[in-house]
Amino acid sequence: MKRTEPFDMYQPATLEEASRLVKENGPGGRFLAGGTDLVIAMKEKGLLPKYIVDLKRVPGLSGIREISDGGVTLGALTTMYEIEKLPLIKNKYPFLAQSAAEVGSIQIRNRATVGGNMANATPSADTAPALIALGATAKIASAGAEREMLLEEFFKGPGQTVMSADEILTEITIPKTSPRLVGEYIKFSPREMMDLAYVGVAVAYNLGAADKKVTGLRIVLGAVAPTPIRAKRAEAALEGHILTEELADKAGQLAAEEAKPISDVRSSADYRRAMVHAMTKRALLNAAVGPAKSWYDRRERRY
Amino acid sequence: MIKKITITLNGKTVSRDMPTHRLLLDLLRDEIGMTGTKEGCGTGDCGACTVFLNGKPVNSCLVLSGELDGADIITIEGLKVGPELHPVQRAFVEDGGAQCGYCTPGMLMMSKALLDENPNPTEEQIRYALSGNLCRCTGYAKIVQAVQDAAAMLRNKTVP
Repeated sequence: MKRTEPFDMYQPATLEEASRLVKENGPGGRFLAGGTDLVIAMKEKGLLPKYIVDLKRVPGLSGIREISDGGVTLGALTTMYEIEKLPLIKNKYPFLAQSAAEVGSIQIRNRATVGGNMANATPSADTAPALIALGATAKIASAGAEREMLLEEFFKGPGQTVMSADEILTEITIPKTSPRLVGEYIKFSPREMMDLAYVGVAVAYNLGAADKKVTGLRIVLGAVAPTPIRAKRAEAALEGHILTEELADKAGQLAAEEAKPISDVRSSADYRRAMVHAMTKRALLNAAVGPAKSWYDRRERRY
Repeated sequence: MIKKITITLNGKTVSRDMPTHRLLLDLLRDEIGMTGTKEGCGTGDCGACTVFLNGKPVNSCLVLSGELDGADIITIEGLKVGPELHPVQRAFVEDGGAQCGYCTPGMLMMSKALLDENPNPTEEQIRYALSGNLCRCTGYAKIVQAVQDAAAMLRNKTVP
């Protein structure tokens, strides 16, 4: 495999320094987190950054913290393997842990970060639908300034986010959720974790203890539009109702209508739309049953 | 840009002046001359280049030298326990868990990573752990068998 061309590389010790390096060196630089997208883009697609600013020496960007109001904050450099394995995440948001487990091999997941998965803004990013379904917010910093927004509003198109060149995604916060929260993420991809999602579907809702009604429903689709999108008509069709197979199917059909897929080497747009229908229905029904017990179980449940 | 990097490699301190854009894989193979770590796909799909970076298995073909100063690295050359083969190595030999051998260093590193975390894995857990390591010679049956046997050796301490 081809090697990358030379470039300069910096390892700032603070966010201010990282942001200043980009201002001083001008356009054409890239921030580096785990490198599992960036280094591959350099080797395979001929991307040649003028310089690279490695964020891994900046303190405070990694790790998962429970916050006092019951929410959880993920540092941008938290790895996919940490999200997959940490009991706090597995217990509170099993479908988020599952979405992280769908990203490449363990070797990749030990490097790939949640911040990188967001900042690269690949439409098929596996953790984005689950995080949006959880109502997550993103915190963005530059020299002397900080802003926070809904993750749902963070993506602008393939490879495009709301961030300017000197801004850095520092953390993602999942607000307090109900103890009745259930959810599911299905990555539809014949090669499973070793290929990108053809279709990704995350659902999250509160399942009423006595009345079994679905409330606070979010359905988020990945890989079928320029950014991850919510299927709001599908959400509205089910909100406040008792989940039945017919209603789940109806929601799947509406979600398929809301998707805007493209045809590419992996799949035709029509097939993607059909899979959005089927996977949305399954995700809604699976969520009520509870998390998959194992990899083989997870594999069975999508078909 | 050239940067002086100092790493701990298989327990020994090693320093090199390295261009920041070169890969950990190239540092190991071309600069240091440890050729046990293999390059397969170069894009993180095949796992042949797996090494431990700060205790965790990673694809060395996707790690830039410029971020390595201070890193702790273990390669296939560091897997032996003194003069003895590591149990995963012994089990691969005894079970015939290799044909051409090209994927084997990566398979062994990943198998060790699994057994460090889970001393008694099921077949499913072994296949899951090795899903980022491709072997193109054979099926994976003997590889999976070897990991099961290595796990048994480690649990029963039937190793030196």
